Amino acid sequence: MSRKLLTGNAAAAWGARLADIDYVPAFPITPQTEIIEMLSGWFDSGDIQGRMTVLESEHSMITAAGAAAATGVRVFTATSSQGLLHAMEMIYAVTGWRVPFILVNVSRGLSTPITLEPDHNDVLAARDSGFLQIHCATCQEVLDTVLMSYRLAEHKNIRLPIIVNLDGFYLSFTREPVEIPDQAAARQFVGTFDPGNIRFRASMPESQAMAVLGGSPYSYFRYETHLAMLEALRVYPEIAEEFNKQFGRYHGILECFQCEDADYVFFMMGCFATKAKDAVIKLREGGIKIGLIRPRLIRPFPGQAITAAVCGKQGVAVIDQNLSMGKGGILHAEITSVLYGLKEAPPIIASFIGGLGGRDISQQEFFQMAEILVDAVKTGQTPPPKLLYTEHEFKEIKKLRAIAQVERQELKEPQS
Amino acid sequence: MTETRFARMKDLPSTHLLGAGTPMCAGCGGLQVLHEIYDILGDKTVFVNAAGCMTLLTIYPFTPFRGSWLYTAMGSAPAGAQGVRDALDILLEKKRITPDEDLTTVVLTGDGSAYGMGISATSAAIDRNLDYLYICYDNEGYGNTGQQFSGATPHAAQTATSKSPTGYPGYKKDLFSLWVANKPAYVATVIGAEPLDLARKIEQAVKLKGPRMIIALSPCPTGWDFDPKEAIAIGKLAVKTGVWPLKEYIGGKVVHTKIPGDRLPVEEYLKTQGRFAHLFSPVRNESIINEIQERIDNYWNTLGGD
Repeated sequence: MSRKLLTGNAAAAWGARLADIDYVPAFPITPQTEIIEMLSGWFDSGDIQGRMTVLESEHSMITAAGAAAATGVRVFTATSSQGLLHAMEMIYAVTGWRVPFILVNVSRGLSTPITLEPDHNDVLAARDSGFLQIHCATCQEVLDTVLMSYRLAEHKNIRLPIIVNLDGFYLSFTREPVEIPDQAAARQFVGTFDPGNIRFRASMPESQAMAVLGGSPYSYFRYETHLAMLEALRVYPEIAEEFNKQFGRYHGILECFQCEDADYVFFMMGCFATKAKDAVIKLREGGIKIGLIRPRLIRPFPGQAITAAVCGKQGVAVIDQNLSMGKGGILHAEITSVLYGLKEAPPIIASFIGGLGGRDISQQEFFQMAEILVDAVKTGQTPPPKLLYTEHEFKEIKKLRAIAQVERQELKEPQS
Repeated sequence: MTETRFARMKDLPSTHLLGAGTPMCAGCGGLQVLHEIYDILGDKTVFVNAAGCMTLLTIYPFTPFRGSWLYTAMGSAPAGAQGVRDALDILLEKKRITPDEDLTTVVLTGDGSAYGMGISATSAAIDRNLDYLYICYDNEGYGNTGQQFSGATPHAAQTATSKSPTGYPGYKKDLFSLWVANKPAYVATVIGAEPLDLARKIEQAVKLKGPRMIIALSPCPTGWDFDPKEAIAIGKLAVKTGVWPLKEYIGGKVVHTKIPGDRLPVEEYLKTQGRFAHLFSPVRNESIINEIQERIDNYWNTLGGD
């Protein structure tokens, strides 16, 4: 075991290397590219045995990933944003092939306008695909989650691909001290890949991903995938416990920070949740009993764990780093759906949208969200959803437009 | 063409590997080609398929294939073949499978995928020198959705989306030359109605490594509008009129494998199919028929030395 300063991207690449992968189909896209560059170097140096193939698109990349996993090798791949969307047809298709592999998504806001910095609309577009989804907040967690995810994906009752998500720039390019497990210990933990009966061999012909006629067989296979994914809620804690025993780090389904005695909680995922942690500490110094719940598993959705964590609280501020156009925050809709009708459910579940395209969420804004939540609990009135944006930002946008107008006017006027 | 075990018709395989009872249409020229090719390739194959008519060959829980099958999507069958081939190579290198467990990777798509949606994945598979055999059953339109025009539709053909009196305004894309321009291991055109020529080409293709393409003109009774029993006759006419040149690219050279001596007039071919009926009635469209004829004549007259 060694301790090194690693970026989130490097941590993802190390996770893949330690998991003894065979195959990496790849395609470059910011901010993920560092991952495939590192892996490429390790294939060249012989630190990873196997093959890396650069495809011509993410659509082909996910097709190749699924096809290779269906042939019986351990596959790792990575993408971001538009790449994930370009691959979306195959993201949905390969889950029906019941092939386990790991896809690291380095979150980045979606076009339009085109941008590079993160939010979660890219990865949440894959929410209903059949990929499991685990969201990380630290570089250490990225490495550890990649290792644990192979165990989960390859579990005989699950056999589904997993997206491990980290936020672009804020985590992908931030260096943190990371414990890198020994290769031997990591290999022992992950084990060898047993493809079971999903593989192509001359002696055992196999038809995969075939057509069905009618809704009945279709429903059968769709239900089967759903039920397999739910199995992960049972299996994951066992794997996390085993990982903790071997490596001394526990990564649960949820991270609950100062929740036990809390009256209020922030509820958000990804690395911006570390900002919420900081706010929790400050708010508690000011006498507000608030905590943070950060779900790591988004699919399968850990309804029971969330219920257990928030029931009895007076109010929840759900901070969505995504926006479902015409509806609002996706996490807000998800959490309210599991709490509805429960006696102990918090009476106030407020919705906030922030951090789109890498926009910061300031400490001041966390304080304001807490204040709105406390007031709402007092009055019993759920506040309308809030889109975080400051007056200063609004002024800046207006200023940019004014400058552009002046420039255009000057170009039109004859040169003196 | 070099030495062949297919000198005469009776040398063709007499046992047929592909199962019967598929939902392909009666008289399907594509299915005929697949039968002929599969008999030579054998069952140590994995067919990677893109969306099209032949996707319906395997319907849970049945398959006419004795070997393996993977359906992907319309745009990425060659990428599926890449994943399978890479994985098999890795398993062989790491000695996790024995060489006798290896499989030939075959892509099977229609012209909609081969000429259109899949062309990016196909082109890149050539860049990567992927070792696979691509079979395109070309029925000159999106057959499975009711024959709308595709990049493979011939000039003037009426399709479900080109019903005007002059038919499809575009010209059939030259997929053969697109492949040849990138110097792959092998490219050939075939037709089910010429099984000996086809068998020799498959025999040739399987000896080679790298990207290999077989483009099979596939007379389509439902899409081209003719009686299923005419499928073979129409296939033969496609060759005799010079509409469908049988050729192969190998070792850097294009060779025509069956040059029609006295080419029949193209209208002998056009008249057999409802999709060209508007060229003959209610009035004969001389200018379009002549244009089609001129293009064919021009192709053969400018061939040069082979």
